[in-house]
Amino acid sequence: MHDVSLIVNGVPREARVPARRLLSDFLRHDLGLTGTHVGCEHGVCGACTVLLDGQPVRSCLTFAVSVAGHEVTTVEGLAKDGELSAVQRGFAECHGLQCGFCTPGFLTTATAFLRDHPAPSDDDVIEAVSGNLCRCTGYQNIVKSVHRAAELLAEEGS
Amino acid sequence: MKPPSFVYHAPATVAEAVEALAAAGADGKVLAGGQSLIPLMNMRLAAPGHLVDINHVAGLAEITAEPGGVRVGALARHAEVEASETAHAAQPLVREALRLVAHPAVRNRGTTVGSIVHADPAAEMPAVLALLDGSVRVRGPEGERDIPAGEFFVGPMESSLRTGELAVSVFFPSARGGTAILEVARRHGDYAMAGVAALVAPDHAKVACLSVGAVPVVVDVTEAEGDWKRAAELVQDQIDPEADIHATADYRRHLTGVLTERALKAAADA
Amino acid sequence: MTTKLFGEPVRRREDARLVAGNGRYLDDLGANALAVAFVRSPHAHALITGIDVDDAIDVEGLVAIYTWEDLPAGVREPLPLLIPHPALTHGRTAYCLAKDVVRHVGEPIVMVVATDRYIAEDVCERIQVSYEFLKPVVGLETAVSGPNLVHEDVPGNIGAHMIQEVAAKDGRATRDVIAAAPHTLEFRLDIERSACMPMEGKGVYARWDADDRSLRVYSSTQTSTSVRMAIAAKLGLPLPKVEVIAPDVGGGFGVKIVHPWPEEILVPWAAILLNREVKWSEDRREHFISSAHERAQVQHVKVGFDDEGHVLGLDVEILHDHGAYTPYGIIVPIITSTQLLGPYKIGSYRVEFFSVYTNTVQVTPYRGAGRPQGVFCMERTMDKIAQYLGKDRTLVRAANFIQPDEFPYDQQMIFQDGRPLIYDSGDYPESLRKLKDLIGWDEFPLMQSKAAEEGRKLGIGVGCYVEGTGVGPYEGGHVQVTSDGRVHVSTGLTSQGQGHETVFAQIAATELGVPIEKVSVVTGDTRRFGYAVGTFASRAAVMSGNAIALACRKVKEKALRIAADALEADPADLEITDGMVHVVGAPSASIPLATVAVLSNPLRYAFDEEAKRATQFATSGSMDKPPVAEGQEPGLEGKDYYSPVRSTFASGMHAAIVETDPDTAEIKILRYAVVHDCGKMINPMLVEGQIHGGVAQGVGGALYEKMVYDEHGQLLNASFMDFLMPYVTEIPFIETDHLETPSPLNPLGIKGAGEAGVIPVSAVIAGAIEDAEKIVIDRMPISPSDLYALRDSSRTSGAVSRLRNTQ
Repeated sequence: MHDVSLIVNGVPREARVPARRLLSDFLRHDLGLTGTHVGCEHGVCGACTVLLDGQPVRSCLTFAVSVAGHEVTTVEGLAKDGELSAVQRGFAECHGLQCGFCTPGFLTTATAFLRDHPAPSDDDVIEAVSGNLCRCTGYQNIVKSVHRAAELLAEEGS
Repeated sequence: MKPPSFVYHAPATVAEAVEALAAAGADGKVLAGGQSLIPLMNMRLAAPGHLVDINHVAGLAEITAEPGGVRVGALARHAEVEASETAHAAQPLVREALRLVAHPAVRNRGTTVGSIVHADPAAEMPAVLALLDGSVRVRGPEGERDIPAGEFFVGPMESSLRTGELAVSVFFPSARGGTAILEVARRHGDYAMAGVAALVAPDHAKVACLSVGAVPVVVDVTEAEGDWKRAAELVQDQIDPEADIHATADYRRHLTGVLTERALKAAADA
Repeated sequence: MTTKLFGEPVRRREDARLVAGNGRYLDDLGANALAVAFVRSPHAHALITGIDVDDAIDVEGLVAIYTWEDLPAGVREPLPLLIPHPALTHGRTAYCLAKDVVRHVGEPIVMVVATDRYIAEDVCERIQVSYEFLKPVVGLETAVSGPNLVHEDVPGNIGAHMIQEVAAKDGRATRDVIAAAPHTLEFRLDIERSACMPMEGKGVYARWDADDRSLRVYSSTQTSTSVRMAIAAKLGLPLPKVEVIAPDVGGGFGVKIVHPWPEEILVPWAAILLNREVKWSEDRREHFISSAHERAQVQHVKVGFDDEGHVLGLDVEILHDHGAYTPYGIIVPIITSTQLLGPYKIGSYRVEFFSVYTNTVQVTPYRGAGRPQGVFCMERTMDKIAQYLGKDRTLVRAANFIQPDEFPYDQQMIFQDGRPLIYDSGDYPESLRKLKDLIGWDEFPLMQSKAAEEGRKLGIGVGCYVEGTGVGPYEGGHVQVTSDGRVHVSTGLTSQGQGHETVFAQIAATELGVPIEKVSVVTGDTRRFGYAVGTFASRAAVMSGNAIALACRKVKEKALRIAADALEADPADLEITDGMVHVVGAPSASIPLATVAVLSNPLRYAFDEEAKRATQFATSGSMDKPPVAEGQEPGLEGKDYYSPVRSTFASGMHAAIVETDPDTAEIKILRYAVVHDCGKMINPMLVEGQIHGGVAQGVGGALYEKMVYDEHGQLLNASFMDFLMPYVTEIPFIETDHLETPSPLNPLGIKGAGEAGVIPVSAVIAGAIEDAEKIVIDRMPISPSDLYALRDSSRTSGAVSRLRNTQ
């Protein structure tokens, strides 16, 4: 067993887990942050995407013990002071989700993407979310949501 | 789908890593990005008894310009290599190829060296290394050695890395000439059904093909003398593709021909 | 502020919770529950000769191991055959845990309960099951022609055989009509297997309260009420002691309407036996090999037609692969058989199907549920007729359309609900006109020839469908206004992302004249509403939407009556606006609905300031009447049900322009256009979302997704790596237009919209590729490798398999 400490959504968190504990399960089961979802557990669907030191990674393809000491942001950490983030609002405004199961992975991915690409083209957005599966929306409104989020971020910044 | 148990090692230095690997023997595996290994473990298709996690080893993430090329450390993530101007200046094919590797989130964690050591004949980076005559630097109980790409890939998912050895870096040579890589995958980001990396220099031309053999298939097409259609035929004669659920062998052969012609043309124009 | 929200693109009320990570899906519940994993058969067909657990019992964290032998009486029986049908002469269902025989890879044999899922899987690996192999039956034609049997008491592997025939007006049989027709064509079509693949797998979580002797079960299901009845029956529990709740469900698309899944019985059973919370969360591999698939059919078609392309006779023989078991009966091939007719008047029609066992995962409805196959058949037929006659494909379709003045139109068949196939309304010529405008049908030949000059291959395809939606028997709604002015709506059917919380709130807000913020909606929770059928067949909006509207009307009538007393007005002069009951045209004479709710419930005890108004010394009612009048109930609430005479028929038409690479045979959809008619739209934004998602699944089914079994019955692509669900990079931008022909069958005039998008896509794409390539496309899905092979064989066989050029 290993004592694993991470900074999760800005807060130091610790749990004692076996080495094989996937980061996805560590967040969901050991820390109770169930917003991160697992859709395939073999790295294809992207539902479990979290930000590791700010970059999107598959939490189902990461052992918690391996990222001890690092910073993780989950969907629960996107809202600030109870206010939904621009990305979250963009998805809600543009009907960018239906069942909502894949949504946390899209939100974390889009959050990192828009931080680095504040005014993206359609092709940029498509490439950015190209590793996330959604079975409900047909993606059209997801692309629209990311563009809307970029607008909202620009408004916040101005 | 949960991975089986293993003994976890977190060495802080290359020496400790090599020691742990040597002690584990055939039951040991290196954990770098884990983007190929962990899916296999989650599906319980791989069950290494020991995992030697090199993520805490200092100094392995470097991307360094060296005479004649660029050296990429074992912990350099695909995304870092992709973004690296040092790597791009030394060998633009590296960035071009990395953009075809899986999806952004996988590239954020997966390592270029790891992808090469995994030796999947359908993967892009082994083909790139093979095309460029690059090399893999390994550290083992007997010290350090460089393995040329031509000797590194020995079979599907099989390299000439010995038990107890750690790949610490790979070297991508610069090339006198243009390069390009093209592939056709079922979905964007999937392993390609066929793909061709091409190099056209003033005095020679060659390609490395993926997904059409047990290892990246390198074919010298200098004798085609710029007739890329003829080069494609030469390549089609040299490959031995197999059918799978996504493509027949015939189609892969055909596709490799089409892509050879296109990639060589693109490399010549580059 | 308006409260007329019906028809508005109201933003979803679910989303604030879901985008914040505050959804509660099955695996998010029961943090301390024991975990379940199963030993599942690695073989397609075998006798179980032994189960050895010796190596497993010492694993630390193991709680229990169960095999069929351990199960109690009710749980030992085969699972129910949910929808019996006289033509299903040899229906067979599985056991919760295999008894003696396994009939597909993935069938559960041993249940393991442990402290967590990692350990449960460790235990599974250590359990040794020994087998005696039987010959697997894989592939439809092998199944009906070969000597091997999936069930030894089912001859020829034929579970069901059904013939339906609608003779010509003059009484002639279809085959006679075809034989005498001016032109005939005969061909074979193939559709391969796909699956629903919701992003969240199935899952069950059970809590037994030993003191109260009651059971609470959460299941990621499309029908909590029916799961509840199945659990109570199988476990011998009194129904009132069992509650089943569908929490947030991460997509369904059909697979979660099947019930009870073995796990829905086994997990509660184990929870009671162990007196511990127990949970099973299906992983992706389990979902591939032990839930359900759909689509696979072989169709043999004969059609007779005249010079104008009128279909005089259509004769279709279908081989339908239903896998190893038939828990959902033969609904899928029945839907194929009936919905095949689409928007057309077919002179005479004969359809015969054989529903066939194979040693593969069972087949149950997947979004569209047999319609994609039927539409593929009919639309390919229309294309072939047009091709043969040298006519525009849309003209041949138009020649066969049912006209707007011909509704209700009786197709003279029996639909999947056991009721007549009578279309209620539609306007197919107008839909086609809109579609042709949207895609630029008439301009396409120019675009195509210009592209050809550049060496590019472009093609256009079109497909039409009619979809019976809102099947019965019923749904109900309960509406309660509480004394704080809030409106609580509940219905028994479940939600899997459709936005029911939003659309049902829109209906309630509109009907009651209250702000939508005051309305909350609960679905799929048997604690709130016990009678329901479930969410499938594009029925939720039609069924529960109308039931909720009817319940609201009852509540409104009561509210107006009580308010009329208080305001000393005539109820007929009152209306409710923004939560205030007032005299029409005199807003000052008003009373809040909240106060009406207080007054509706005569009280003895005042629990707050508002409640004082309704206490026994505060009211001024007549001393000669009881406080609750005869025939009345306390409280401002109402319940009602909607039970339609038959289904309502939505329709739509799609068109696509594709480009095929002359060298690599890659297939790219350049444009995709949809015209859709689901009657009155409650929320157009959500309807569009349903269409987008449906089309995306259709594109998956047309170009990417198929379940590949080898001859041993091994599913070769049981992962997201190899079962190619489309990413954003594979889905085209979808252009939509709408038509609203209200349904005359229900109070709201609505028709279902959930499945529509997926239905015609394979037909449309096949037609477009055929147009681009001038090669017959009769098998879907099609990959670049398939197209390359077709080009190759068309080159070698020359004109035989090539199409004549269209004019």
